[in-house]
Amino acid sequence: MNASLFALLCTLALAVIVPGVLILAIERLGPRRKVAAKGLPYEAGIQRTVGSSRERFSVKFYLVAILFILFDVEAVFLFPWAASFRELGVRGLVEMGTFIAVLFFGYFYVLGRGALRWE
Amino acid sequence: MTWLMESADYLAVVLRLVLSAAILLTVMPLTIYLERKGSAFIQGRPGPNRAALFGVFRMGGLAHVLADVIKLVSKEDIIPAGVNRFYFKLAPIIVAFIPLTTFMIVPIADVIRLSDTFATPMATLQLDGGLLWFFAMTSLSVYGVVFAGWASNSKFSLLGGIRSTAQLLSYEIPMALAVVAMMLTYGTVQPNEMVRAQGELLWGFLPQWGIFLQPLGFILFITCAFAEINRVPFDLAEGEAELVAGYHTEYSGMRFGLFFMAEYMALVTSGALTVTMFLGGWQLPWLPTERLVADAGTLMPWFIGGAGLLLGAASGRLIRHYQEYTRGRWGDARDFEPLVFSALFALGFIAHGAAAGWVWGVVKAGEALPGWLPPLFAAGVQISVFTAKLLFLCWCFVWVRWTLPRFRYDQVMDLGWKSLLPLSLFNLLLTGVLMLQPWGREVLPVAPVVTLGLMWVWKRYLVPSQARVPATSRLVVGEEASA
Repeated sequence: MNASLFALLCTLALAVIVPGVLILAIERLGPRRKVAAKGLPYEAGIQRTVGSSRERFSVKFYLVAILFILFDVEAVFLFPWAASFRELGVRGLVEMGTFIAVLFFGYFYVLGRGALRWE
Repeated sequence: MTWLMESADYLAVVLRLVLSAAILLTVMPLTIYLERKGSAFIQGRPGPNRAALFGVFRMGGLAHVLADVIKLVSKEDIIPAGVNRFYFKLAPIIVAFIPLTTFMIVPIADVIRLSDTFATPMATLQLDGGLLWFFAMTSLSVYGVVFAGWASNSKFSLLGGIRSTAQLLSYEIPMALAVVAMMLTYGTVQPNEMVRAQGELLWGFLPQWGIFLQPLGFILFITCAFAEINRVPFDLAEGEAELVAGYHTEYSGMRFGLFFMAEYMALVTSGALTVTMFLGGWQLPWLPTERLVADAGTLMPWFIGGAGLLLGAASGRLIRHYQEYTRGRWGDARDFEPLVFSALFALGFIAHGAAAGWVWGVVKAGEALPGWLPPLFAAGVQISVFTAKLLFLCWCFVWVRWTLPRFRYDQVMDLGWKSLLPLSLFNLLLTGVLMLQPWGREVLPVAPVVTLGLMWVWKRYLVPSQARVPATSRLVVGEEASA
């Protein structure tokens, strides 16, 4: 096992242990008095909540998710280009520029169709 | 011998992990303290000042941070009926997991060369991917938010979770693109290499910090950082006027405390990454590591003496505070609190003075300093510089929070998709073009001028005038409304 893998394991262990200890602390230390009212979902003091809590929500959030996937995949393509930018030179820049230009077309199409209009 | 060298490497890993975690876990409560005192300062009230250790030590309100932890841990752990228990319990752990792992790629000092055979980098994680680790980890924070919102079985949580998710997703893209532009600028994905490159001089006098080379990238990145950590002006996920507390409405005790801690750890981590990429990281301007190590003999008395003088000034100020304010105020042990801390600072002053004097004496006598001292001195200076920059940036985050009002949700989404995304793409392309010409980084500061010029043309001539003022933003008043 080399040192950088060891560092990764140590980091992951630390990042699990710190919140884990705090969660364990509250599970062991806190008082515990069961009252039915404590189990109710918060809804500004209303005793009987109306309908299910897992409500339907606007389709716009779905559109945002889809667009995020499109543009984030684009960002993923940009990373290797950025890493070897100097070796690829002008040719790489032109190719990447074309790629981004094509994406800009898509972006304007999305704008034009009003997918990003929040009203 | 080889196994000894290898175990030294592992020991170095553990030590630098402890050091990084110590910085993160002390700056985090300090930021919470800054937030509470800073908001009080801005709003013209005294802020937290009641909690006291052993009834005596208030430390100017710092004891409140400790009291908060004890309070949160000893609260009842309420898990409401109807929640999805597994995801409900998992969510705060994920949210706290992410800044803890992300912070570990930040170099807190340059590579320490203790001898010809032993050198250790000062970022815990040494990954080939470098900054990609940051993206890999921050994207995961969406899961914590989604799980918390969905599993809580509450409408407020669900709405907060969904809003927050959409916002995190929208701002991740411009953030990634801003960082890609920084990778182009410095030609590397390794954070420590980036910081090293920032030690060079622009036009012969200005350090090549990201904020000077890429002012636009800095604005893009820090705006996205505000949105990514859900802070005012982008804290729509927990806009208390609309959504109670957003996705952590149903959490109580330390489970809520983890969200709270994670928010501030994320703040510190974003601050640390901003410092690393845009504010020169551990670089002390005009004093690169080589210079610090080579001139340690002459620099050390000045630096250590200077730090000692600061401590001495703090000590004197506390004595003044005692004379003017607390002497005879309560008539018990609390009166003498400033004197205790004054004595502590005075001890620090004496210790620093002694150290500076010893180094000065050694150099004056023409002897050599022990070989391990100059690299450790350089690392100490760099860690202090890094922490100071980090604290300053944390203060800026607090400052913005208590100065700006909250945006409306559609404004947040519009800013992300319609301004930051095209701007960051354009910034990236322009950086690429500018980095290919023979003068390299020297002409890079031209980029924001070009961008702003083109933006003006865009707004002025290309966007049809009707689109510039959306109908909904026109105020309908008086006769017009009744007509």
